[in-house]
Amino acid sequence: MNIMKYRPLFYFISITLIVASIFSIIFWGFKYSIDFSGGSSWQFTLPSQPDKNQLEEIFQKQKIPLHSISQNNDQYTLKFDNIDTNQKNNLVEAVTKIDSEYSESNFETLGPLLGRELLKKTIYALILSAAFLLIFIATRFNDASFGISAILAMLHDTIILLGTFSALGHFFGAEIDALFVTALLTTLSSSTHDTVVTFDRIRELKSHQTKIDWKQLANRAVSEVIVRSINNSMTIIFMLLALVFLGADSTRWFSTALLIGVICGTYSSVGVAIPLMLLSKKNKK
Amino acid sequence: MATFVCLVINLPRQFTLFGRTLYKPNLSLNKNSTSNLDLRLGLDLAGGASLLYEIDTSQSKPEDLSQALESLKANIERRVNLFGVSEANVQISKQDNQYRLKVELPGVTDVNDAINLIGQTATLKFVGQIKEFPLEATSSAEINFDDYYQDSGINGSHLVRATPQPNPQTGVMEVALEFNSEGTKLFEQATTTFLNKRLAIFLDDELISAPLVQVVIPDGKAVISGNFDIKTAKTFSAQLNAGALTLPIKKIQEQQIGATLGQDTIRKGLRAGLVGLGLVSFFMIGNYGYLGAISVISLIIYSLFTLTIYRIFHITLTFPGIVGFILSIGMAVDSNILIFERMKEEIRAGQSWNNAMELGFGRAWNSIKDANICTIITGLILFNPFNWSFLNSSGMVRGFAVTLLIGVFLGIFTGVVVTRNLLRVLAHKKI
Repeated sequence: MNIMKYRPLFYFISITLIVASIFSIIFWGFKYSIDFSGGSSWQFTLPSQPDKNQLEEIFQKQKIPLHSISQNNDQYTLKFDNIDTNQKNNLVEAVTKIDSEYSESNFETLGPLLGRELLKKTIYALILSAAFLLIFIATRFNDASFGISAILAMLHDTIILLGTFSALGHFFGAEIDALFVTALLTTLSSSTHDTVVTFDRIRELKSHQTKIDWKQLANRAVSEVIVRSINNSMTIIFMLLALVFLGADSTRWFSTALLIGVICGTYSSVGVAIPLMLLSKKNKK
Repeated sequence: MATFVCLVINLPRQFTLFGRTLYKPNLSLNKNSTSNLDLRLGLDLAGGASLLYEIDTSQSKPEDLSQALESLKANIERRVNLFGVSEANVQISKQDNQYRLKVELPGVTDVNDAINLIGQTATLKFVGQIKEFPLEATSSAEINFDDYYQDSGINGSHLVRATPQPNPQTGVMEVALEFNSEGTKLFEQATTTFLNKRLAIFLDDELISAPLVQVVIPDGKAVISGNFDIKTAKTFSAQLNAGALTLPIKKIQEQQIGATLGQDTIRKGLRAGLVGLGLVSFFMIGNYGYLGAISVISLIIYSLFTLTIYRIFHITLTFPGIVGFILSIGMAVDSNILIFERMKEEIRAGQSWNNAMELGFGRAWNSIKDANICTIITGLILFNPFNWSFLNSSGMVRGFAVTLLIGVFLGIFTGVVVTRNLLRVLAHKKI
């Protein structure tokens, strides 16, 4: 199986996806959840299903800047500035006047300081993960080009996941929250996971040969592990698909992020990491 | 055998089988512990409230700080317990020189009372007893409090600090009080007025102690002795310090989760997990036939083991944790797929079935190990086991990391050990 002959196609797919992702990030940006931006999120049910305008009026009267309001049958989700307990009590009182059967399902409020802190922690975690994985791969394979290609593949997945979420945020309201960060870090590991298995095979095949033809080696290794790679990703994808479609709303975007990460990771180990590794070997000769 | 034990542990408390209602025996790891093996649910699943406060330490002297923080924590714990919350969690953490107080109240849906109670500054009052309180009086309506007690005018602001210390002569623990200049004057007055009577100490209107005044104390340095051991002396000083070394707190985060949301998450998570498991089973059996069926059995064993570990080690299950668990089921098959693919290759290379099996397990081990190290690295960074303050330590992220990590280790175990043994036993019968 000569998979590596499709390298131009892989480059084309990857570059298109990355460019699209970067455009999406630049034009649409991200929808940060209150985890990052600070503010309040309030979810409740009103069986009488009043019009959203009535709720907007309450906020206007109490002079609390309302960022968004959404209604799903009798379920309302409101996002607004950080408030104190008194303001909250006033709001509850006003909403209860509209519908006495008001029932709160979730309320969260936090200051902007905590958001900045989370952003800082996220960046540290990303750097730390990338550094550890780089060190691990570089020492494991005793070859810097392996490590660098694995990390570039990881970066490729990260950009695509971020880009996809920027688009999902723009069209479907997906938010970047602490859990998205968790999914991002998990993507880093699942991305390297597949790459490591393929590299492992290349190393094993290399030890049997005296004259090394990298391209042929890569082809053999990929064709030998690709079934395993795809089968393994399929089982994870089945689980995540079940979670995305059947799981609770609160975990839907988190599962979606993991799903995109796993798909990217499987593709990038064959489509990005190996071609890049070949590229670096070719340049050396 | 182990599988059967796990199965029993994971049975619901009560269920119906063939028309009969069966009850699960009460299981517990050791007879003296009151802990049971119920799954522990996080705040996001059980419902409840979580509050985060910033502690203003700018007014506090550095040498008093650790005592003041301890007192604050003890006092909030006491108040929260008054509120009747069974598994409340009060924590103090430090973030860039800023101290924080976190209060978690599972099961509390209306937090306003709790917020008010926690936000109040502690009030410490010294009240003198005029005459003995009648023990016969049963109904409080019959007693006029003022007939028996008289406020001494001393409060928390007059107390500099309380320190637990051993008596220099006897070595028995006592609690030393130190008053400021105004407090010294008031305390001298009070000890004169209430000599040989009791001076009751109230914290937030709750009686914490009523020592007998034995001498007039003019220098503002009193010692309360009693049947203290190190622990009770510490608790008592912490209570006094809660009123003396007050630290203002400011709420910076509030979260309330209704209980219905959590139940919905669990129900849907369970459904997704079962459907996912079904899909994976079809896929595995379709692809690997007989081998696939065996890996499905080991996958079910894996799920039971995992749930049992959650129960035994009291892993708090959160909703990202459920996702982590379900994801880990998908990942656990990985080692089996690696092994089966390897076995196929060995059979193609002309090995006998049994040899191929042993070789497959042996040769796949390297890949399994390397691939899982990546997940372990990320899992550890997410879990942040050393509580590094520059990394996240939120319950949600940790909830996911812990289930993922347990999943990886257990997945390797069931994938390699369980499947191999199942194959050895069952393959014997086949050939």
